[in-house]
Amino acid sequence: MNGRGELKDERERRARFGRRALAGFAIMLALVMVVAGRFVYLQVYEHAEYSTRAKANRVRLTHLAPPRGLIYDREGKLLADNVPAFRLDVIPDQVKHMDAMLQRLAEVVPLTDDDIRRFKQSLRQHRSFEAVPLKFHLTESERDRFAIDQWQFPGVSIAPYLTRNYPYGPAFAHVVGYVGRIDDKELQHLDPDKYAGSTHIGKTGIEKEYEDLLHGTPGYEVVEVNANQRPLRVLQRVAAKPGKNLYLTIDERLQQATIDAFAGQTGAAVAIDPRNGNVLAMVTVPSFDPNLFVNGISQADYAALLDDEEKPLLNRAMRGGYPPGSTVKPFLGLGGLELGLRTPADTVLSTGTWYLPGSSRGYRDDTRYGAGNVNLVQAITQSVNTYFYSLAYKMGIGRFDEWMAKFGFGSPTGIDLPDETGGVLPSPEWKRKTFKQPWFPGETVIAGIGQGYWMVTPLQMAHALAALANGGSSHTPHLLAATGDGLDSPEVAYRQPPPVQITHAPADLEAVKQGMLGVIYNPAGTAYAAGIGKGFPYLIAGKTGTAERYSRTTEAYNTNKNLAYLASRHRAWFICYAPADHPQIAIAVVLEHGAWGGSAAAPIARKMLDQWLADTPPSERPPVPVTATAATPAASAPTTP
Amino acid sequence: MNDFAASLAARAFRLGRRVFSRPRIDLPLAIGLLILALMGLTVLYSASNLDAGTVGGQATRFVIGAVLMIAISRIPPNLLRAWTPWFYAIGVLLLVVVKVLGEGQGANRWLDVGVIRFQPSELMKLAMPMMIAWYLHPRPLPPRWRDLFVALVLIAIPAFLIFKQPDLGTALLVAASGLFVLFLAGLQWWKIGAATVAAVAAGPIALHFMHGYQRQRIVTFLHPESDPLGSGWHILQSMIAVGSGGIFGKGFNQGTQSKLEFLPEHTTDFIFAVLGEEFGLVGVLALLAVYAFIVGRCLWIAANARDTWSRLVAGSFALAFMVYVIVNGGMIAGLLPVVGVPLPLVSYGGTSAITLLAGFGVVMSIHAHRKWTP
Repeated sequence: MNGRGELKDERERRARFGRRALAGFAIMLALVMVVAGRFVYLQVYEHAEYSTRAKANRVRLTHLAPPRGLIYDREGKLLADNVPAFRLDVIPDQVKHMDAMLQRLAEVVPLTDDDIRRFKQSLRQHRSFEAVPLKFHLTESERDRFAIDQWQFPGVSIAPYLTRNYPYGPAFAHVVGYVGRIDDKELQHLDPDKYAGSTHIGKTGIEKEYEDLLHGTPGYEVVEVNANQRPLRVLQRVAAKPGKNLYLTIDERLQQATIDAFAGQTGAAVAIDPRNGNVLAMVTVPSFDPNLFVNGISQADYAALLDDEEKPLLNRAMRGGYPPGSTVKPFLGLGGLELGLRTPADTVLSTGTWYLPGSSRGYRDDTRYGAGNVNLVQAITQSVNTYFYSLAYKMGIGRFDEWMAKFGFGSPTGIDLPDETGGVLPSPEWKRKTFKQPWFPGETVIAGIGQGYWMVTPLQMAHALAALANGGSSHTPHLLAATGDGLDSPEVAYRQPPPVQITHAPADLEAVKQGMLGVIYNPAGTAYAAGIGKGFPYLIAGKTGTAERYSRTTEAYNTNKNLAYLASRHRAWFICYAPADHPQIAIAVVLEHGAWGGSAAAPIARKMLDQWLADTPPSERPPVPVTATAATPAASAPTTP
Repeated sequence: MNDFAASLAARAFRLGRRVFSRPRIDLPLAIGLLILALMGLTVLYSASNLDAGTVGGQATRFVIGAVLMIAISRIPPNLLRAWTPWFYAIGVLLLVVVKVLGEGQGANRWLDVGVIRFQPSELMKLAMPMMIAWYLHPRPLPPRWRDLFVALVLIAIPAFLIFKQPDLGTALLVAASGLFVLFLAGLQWWKIGAATVAAVAAGPIALHFMHGYQRQRIVTFLHPESDPLGSGWHILQSMIAVGSGGIFGKGFNQGTQSKLEFLPEHTTDFIFAVLGEEFGLVGVLALLAVYAFIVGRCLWIAANARDTWSRLVAGSFALAFMVYVIVNGGMIAGLLPVVGVPLPLVSYGGTSAITLLAGFGVVMSIHAHRKWTP
């Protein structure tokens, strides 16, 4: 029963235990000897060395915050810079009565309650001999006043530091974002070693998205201090490693030209390079000055921004949701072809009103008696509602949603910025969840002209258009082009995810493109009157959209043509890409108070195109089609009467 | 009502008299512990900048622990053995509770029970050897493969829970206290050797499958110099404190390293360095000698115990106790990476002191009852 090594006898068990206990004790004693030997080594042989270090080297460890990486546009223009500034530092263990000192100090340098609260918060995070920042961004007069009274405040000193500066102010506030002081909540989950000595962190935009790249690695200094804790010399210094510099795809001149083109009107515009998803411009008007936030915004400034009716803090380009209106027609038209519901030659009769089969509910065209028989090209060119009502109805909401989702409608584009919203692509499930109501066929019909619950962001729209322009190949939009370590090391290019192919049918895409060329160059086109194709060396394919802000209460045609009245009711869209034959830029513009897409939004897009042409070095521009005009709708377009 | 209260009081009094009238404490062990406690309080008094409150609190814990120790020493070992599975189960349950109830970020090691806060992982340092000994006690020794497997599972459960707190140091020490039982139970040397080789070989493989940041943690663990702002700083300051102490030390309350707050956690994990700075090599060797004496006495008691459970519990408790000292000392002297291991009965802290003294109560019970335990 019992195996070879088993012990039956209690005496044998005891003897065996005794041997083991002895062996265990011997091993323990040997280990204790090792430890004791180490103490002998430290306390006898190395005693002189450590004694000196303990006496003379009363050392302090000071953290060196890393300089934050800089942010550049595609041409190397600085969008976010570090500039020297001064702050007040306090070494806690040199201050006997902290509260009394703060009170006296406040008489010399004004301190807000916020300053004091944050200071006390960070007191707990530091060792008592480490400098804790009290007030940032001292003015020159504050510095002077403190310098005179400094002798009264042992342990308080003025320290230089680098503060963030955004030279272009509001122009890139929504893209680059801003840094701010690390707050209580952030402190809880930050790596204390990595942020030792750091006071600021990216709060929004690129600054937040790429915080890990921008922040860098802190260094430290081992400083010898005398009995009065005055630093004597630096014993050891490990420099901080600066954060990576970021090069963005965005173009400062195009961004600026776009903002100028808005001329103060509220809205947003996004320009994307369809070939790679590079975001060339991303504009929200109005905007705000990010520099206000860096060292703590004042109550008054913040209240002014919050109370502004046009909401300058809202990033309209990627968080603003607008009904897309007729800009969805090219996408829907392409879907009709792809799903085999229509051919480019199929025509639909537009009489002014389209009735849901088996219903007396009518859906109107924009022109009173309709446009007659129209095919896809004409329907896009003239923005004929009937064509798309019947197409959406035929497609059904299920296939409709599935198709539109492929272009990214209804979900965030995945751009490298925080807090993007996905808009709304309504579906029966969405409606059931949101309103606990069933889906009505009529809602499918109005979805066909981009109305109803449908909400898109300007970024989504530009992204979808870029996919359409790029032969149905969709790139995730992104802003980061490359990272660099400074002057010496080479820049590291952004690695882009592979594109998603939405469609492979060039003929279908061609038909849609012809329709969008007609919008600009055909006299019947909705943007023809705005003349935005005139004088531009490349062909532009575009589409207007005018979405109603409020649903109509009556079925009657509205005859009020007053522009101010219309502007109050409408959101004007214009989307376009150019050159139509080998697209290099796709633009979406929305105006919150635009009367008509063609007249109000299209001119902004044209100014963007002009600037884009100016920005692109001649070697990178596509060849100008000198004689090619004969083959385009522009040739068939008569000159303006 | 009064009668009831009176009878209750009388019962409590009789019980108290039974427990305390003829204390069966082991005198050599008790003297060793008393010396250790007095040394510990002296160093703590200096390390806490002569704060009577800190020392008083610690002394109170020692008194509570001593009362518990004396009480336990009166309980016959076969009763303690019978309670062991419950003790173990409660310990594991508390570890789960700590994991579940623990809020916020970081490590959850503490359990808040109204007035007291304690660490279930400290409890496990005692429950673990008792449980493994309980399991091996009726079985043939050295343990067969199947028994070995069960014992390893019993070791792994609490060790894993503590590891997830996360507290790698304590997890390893708790696991070690269970493994010592297997060692003392006569586990064949070749198996011990094979397991050691396997563990060493598994290291690089585990390293290979880790994330970058996890690997970085291990590197920091092994090379504190690579983390100058964190544990590297601690070790450097600790070595300066110890080294500058010399043979005879700077004298009580004269340690500049701890006084100027260069030495971190000088009342808890790094209190050994305060001793080294103020009392020098003499103090260090004296302390180590006291520890060695206590451990030796416990092992002697174990060798003379009458049953397997008693032998294994007393023996492994003694070995584990010494390992805490060696790990803490090694850390202070810059031999081992910084892990949060207190110096037993010297570092400031309640659960550890009380649990350790309870453990010595078990050892004393074993000694006191050796004559009439079958």
